[in-house]
Amino acid sequence: MSGTLAHRLWTILFYLFVAVIVIFAVFPFYYAIVTSFSTGTALFEVHYWPVTFDTSNYETVLGGRQFPRSIVNSVFIAATTVIFALFLAVTASYALSRVRFRGRGLLLMAILAVSMFPQIAVLAGMIEMIKFLGLFNTPWAMIISYTVFTLPFTVWVLTTFMRDLPVEIEEAAIVDGATPWIIITKVFLPLLWPALVTTGLLAFIGAWNEFLFALTFTLSEDQRTTPVAIAMLSGASVQEIPWGPIMAASVIVTVPLVVLVMIFQRKIVAGLTAGGVKG
Amino acid sequence: MAKIELKNIRKSYGAFDVIKGIDLEINSGEFMVFVGPSGCGKSTLLRLISGLEDITSGDMLFDGERVNNVVPSKRGIAMVFQSYALYPHMKVYDNMAFGMKLAKAGEDEIRKRVMDAAKLLQIDHLLDRLPKQLSGGQRQRVAIGRAIVRDPRVFLFDEPLSNLDAALRVATRLEIAKLHHSMNNVTMIYVTHDQVEAMTLADRICVLRDGKVEQVGTPAELYEKPNSIFVAGFIGSPKMNFLTGSFAAAHGCHTLGIRSEHIDVSNEGALWTGTVVHAEDLGSDNYLFVDIGSDEPVIVRRPGKLTIPQGTRIGLVPAADKLHRFNEAGRPIEG
Amino acid sequence: MTMTGPNGAGRDEGLSLQQQRARSAVWFLAPMLVALFLVAAWPLGRTIWFSLTDTTLDNIYGGKFVGFSNYLRVRTLDSGAMLWRGTLVDPAWWNAVWNTVKFALISVILETVLGLLVALVLNAEFKGRGLVRAAILIPWAIPTIVSAKMWSWMLNDQFGIINNIMLNLGLIDHKIAWTASNDTAMIAVLIVDVWKTTPFMALLCLAGLQMVPRDIYEAARIDGIHPIKVFFRVTLPLIRPAVAVAVIFRMLDALRIFDLVYVLTPNSAATKTMSVISRENMIDFNKFAYGASQSTLLFAILAIFVALYIWLGKVDLTGETNR
Repeated sequence: MSGTLAHRLWTILFYLFVAVIVIFAVFPFYYAIVTSFSTGTALFEVHYWPVTFDTSNYETVLGGRQFPRSIVNSVFIAATTVIFALFLAVTASYALSRVRFRGRGLLLMAILAVSMFPQIAVLAGMIEMIKFLGLFNTPWAMIISYTVFTLPFTVWVLTTFMRDLPVEIEEAAIVDGATPWIIITKVFLPLLWPALVTTGLLAFIGAWNEFLFALTFTLSEDQRTTPVAIAMLSGASVQEIPWGPIMAASVIVTVPLVVLVMIFQRKIVAGLTAGGVKG
Repeated sequence: MAKIELKNIRKSYGAFDVIKGIDLEINSGEFMVFVGPSGCGKSTLLRLISGLEDITSGDMLFDGERVNNVVPSKRGIAMVFQSYALYPHMKVYDNMAFGMKLAKAGEDEIRKRVMDAAKLLQIDHLLDRLPKQLSGGQRQRVAIGRAIVRDPRVFLFDEPLSNLDAALRVATRLEIAKLHHSMNNVTMIYVTHDQVEAMTLADRICVLRDGKVEQVGTPAELYEKPNSIFVAGFIGSPKMNFLTGSFAAAHGCHTLGIRSEHIDVSNEGALWTGTVVHAEDLGSDNYLFVDIGSDEPVIVRRPGKLTIPQGTRIGLVPAADKLHRFNEAGRPIEG
Repeated sequence: MTMTGPNGAGRDEGLSLQQQRARSAVWFLAPMLVALFLVAAWPLGRTIWFSLTDTTLDNIYGGKFVGFSNYLRVRTLDSGAMLWRGTLVDPAWWNAVWNTVKFALISVILETVLGLLVALVLNAEFKGRGLVRAAILIPWAIPTIVSAKMWSWMLNDQFGIINNIMLNLGLIDHKIAWTASNDTAMIAVLIVDVWKTTPFMALLCLAGLQMVPRDIYEAARIDGIHPIKVFFRVTLPLIRPAVAVAVIFRMLDALRIFDLVYVLTPNSAATKTMSVISRENMIDFNKFAYGASQSTLLFAILAIFVALYIWLGKVDLTGETNR
C-alpha cells in the first residue's frame, strides 16, 4: 500500500527532524561537559565521546579563591534583586490588574517600555548614580542597576497572572470587609505562589546572567559575578586560553540553572508567554 | 430587616448608561427578585445595592440612612455569587469565618455562628474540607452559609443557581425559600434571568429592561395584569400568544395577548379556526401549535394527555375575560 | 507602610469603595514608580544630558554644556575647508549601526522561521515530546556568556569541533578562524544567537499554536484542504498576533545586543554593535560624553522602531483590549 509507505516515510522524516533539533540544542552543552573533564593533550584533540574523566579542571576552578567568591556574589546579588523586585511588584500589579483608574493603560505601556530599554542607554547615568552613592565595586551597584529590568518584568508578568484570578473571589472578600492590603496578603498571595515562583525564577535567571552592568561596575576580582569571572578567566600567558577550566566553570554555573528550568519547565513557559501572547 | 429605597439611581460607565434612573422601594423582610433579559442592568443594580459599584447619581437609603458612600462591608449586606466565589485555599470553616475574623470578633462567637449556620444548612460535616473537595451543590451551601454567618440586614443573590444542574437547581431553590422563611424575615434581593425562579421565590418581582424598571409587583399581579407587552411576554411559560393585524383590530387594539392556558379547543363558539401544525406532550400537559393565519402559530396548553393529531382543523375559544389588549406603544388598554 | 488596616475602612467613611480602592492603588504603585524613576528615567535623562556635555569618566561633574557637538559639529580650518566631526559622521559608528541592523534582521528572521518550525513539531503528538521540549529549553537556560565561551571553543580555529566536523564531511578544505576572521565573525555570532534564542521563539509560537482550537484542523481535514494550505490560510493568521509580539521583543533584544558580541568576537570590526561601541567609548576610551551620545542615539532608534511597529502593526502589547 503506497499510503502506508508514504506515511512511514513521513514518520521517519519527522523523527529525523526531531533528532536534528535535539542534537543541535543539546550538543554544545554536552561538548562543554566532555571538554571540562579533559586535560593535557586530550583537551586539544577532538573527541566526540568522553575519553578521560579528569576532575582537575574543576579542582582548579573551585580550588582558587576567585571563582567560588564570584558564585557567592552572583547568588547574593540575584537573590536580593529578585526579593526586592517581587516585593515592589506584588502591590503594584494588584493595583494595575484590579483597580480601575485613569491612565492605567498608559502606565502599563510605560512599564513595558522600560523593560524594553537598551541597558546601555541608562549606563552613563547609572555610573554617575552608583559613584554618587559610593557603591561602585560593591554588590549593591548590581542590585540597584538590575532593578531596571527585573522590576518591569515581574510587574508585567504578575499583572497578567493577577488579572486571571476570578473577580468574584475578590468581591466576596470586599463584602467580608477585606481591605486591599488584606486581599493581597490573605487571599491573592496564597493563590499566586506558583506565579511568584515562576516570576522569581525568571528574574533570578535574568540577574544571574547579566553581563553589561556587572562588567562595568566591578573593578576588583573578588567583586565579580560569575559571567564576568568566566569572561575574564585567563591562563598563565595572554596567548594561552585555559579552555578546560573555562568549560568547568561554565558547567558549574549552568547545571543548577538547567536543573531548575527542567523542574519548573511548564511554569516557565507559562511565565514567558504571560502577557503579550494571550491572543 | 432593612427597608431599602432607591431614588433616581443612575449608573454610567463613561458615556454608556447602564442604569437609567430607577426608583424602587424594597420593604423590610421582603423577597425581591430582579428579573430581565441579559444586559438589562439587573446585576449592575444588585452591585450598586451591595456597594461593589459606585452610584453615578441618585440616592440609596438603607432604613432611611443614605449609604451611597458606605463600603460593602459596612452596609450590613451579604452576597452569594454566581460562581460561589469561595476562597480556594481556605477550609470551609475558614471560608465562613473570614468576615468575622476580619471584623475582629471573638473566637467563641465566630465558632458558634459558623456552627449554627453549618447545622442549618447541613454542612457541619464538611467544615474541614477545601472547596475543591466539595460538589457544586455543597459549594453553593457553603457560599450561602458564609452569607448567613455575616448576620446581614440584606441578603443579595447574584444568579446563584445558574451553575447548578436542573435537578439541583429546583432543590436549592426550595432551600433558599425555606431559608427566607426561617431567617426572621430578613430582606432578600435575588437576581435571575429565569422567570420561573422569579415566580416561585419572590414576594415581589421587579422586571428590568434596558436599565429601567418595567414593572414591579407580586408574581400574580405581573401574571394577570402585565403593564406592557414586554412584561406579558417575559412572565409565564409558554410565552403569551400575541396577535396583531385583523385579529387585534377585531378587539379594538394594536396587539392582542392571550395566555396558552386560557384558550379552549372547541368548534362551538370558536373565535378562530386553524390547523394543528405541531403537538408536544409533556405528560401532565400538552401543547398544541395551531396555525390560524397569524404571524406565529398560537400555542394552546391543555391538561392531560389528550393530543390532537397534526393536520387536524380545530376551533379555538379564548376566555373573554383573559384577553390582554395593548395599544401601539405596547401599553395595556383598560376596560 | 501606610496601608489601611483591617478596621481602617471606618476612617474613610466619606469615600465610596471605588474611591478607596483608587486611593490605595496610589500607595501600592508609589514604591514601584519611585524605584523605576530612580533606575530608569533618571539615569536615562542623565545619559541624554551627558551627551550634550564634554564630561569625562574621571571627572563626571566637571563637564560643561557643549550643545550637539558630540553628535555633529563643524570646524572651518584656516584654509577654508570645512571639517565635520561627531558621531553622525563617524564611520565607526555607522559601521556599528550597520552591523547591528544586519545582525538583528537576519537573526530575528531565522529565529522566527526556525522557531515556527520547531513549534509545529512540538505541537504534533508524538512519543517523547516532553523530552524534546525539555531539550530545547537547555540553550535558553544557559547564560549568554557561557554560551559564547562554549561556542568560541567549538568554533576555535585549531582545536574546534566545528572545523573538525566540517573537514570530515568535506564541507571545507581548510580550518576557518570563525570568530577572528572578518568574513565569518558575523556568521559565528548569528549561529550562537540563533542557537540560543530559537527555543524562546519556539515556545512563544507554540503557546500561540496551542490556542488554535483543534476542531479547526478537523474541519479542514473533513473539507479535504491540504495541510500546507491550512497552515498558511488558517494557522498563520490565527497565531499572527502572538508571533508579532514575540518578534518585537526579540527585535529589541537583538538591537541592543552586547554580551555575546563582546565575548565571542572581541574587537572585531565586523561585529561591533551599537551597544559595544558606545560602551567602548564611554569606559575604555574615556570619551564618556561621546559614548553617551551614541547610547542616546541607540535609545532613539529603538523608541522610533517600537512606535512604528505598534502603530503600523496595530500590535496590542498590554492585552488590555482583550478584557
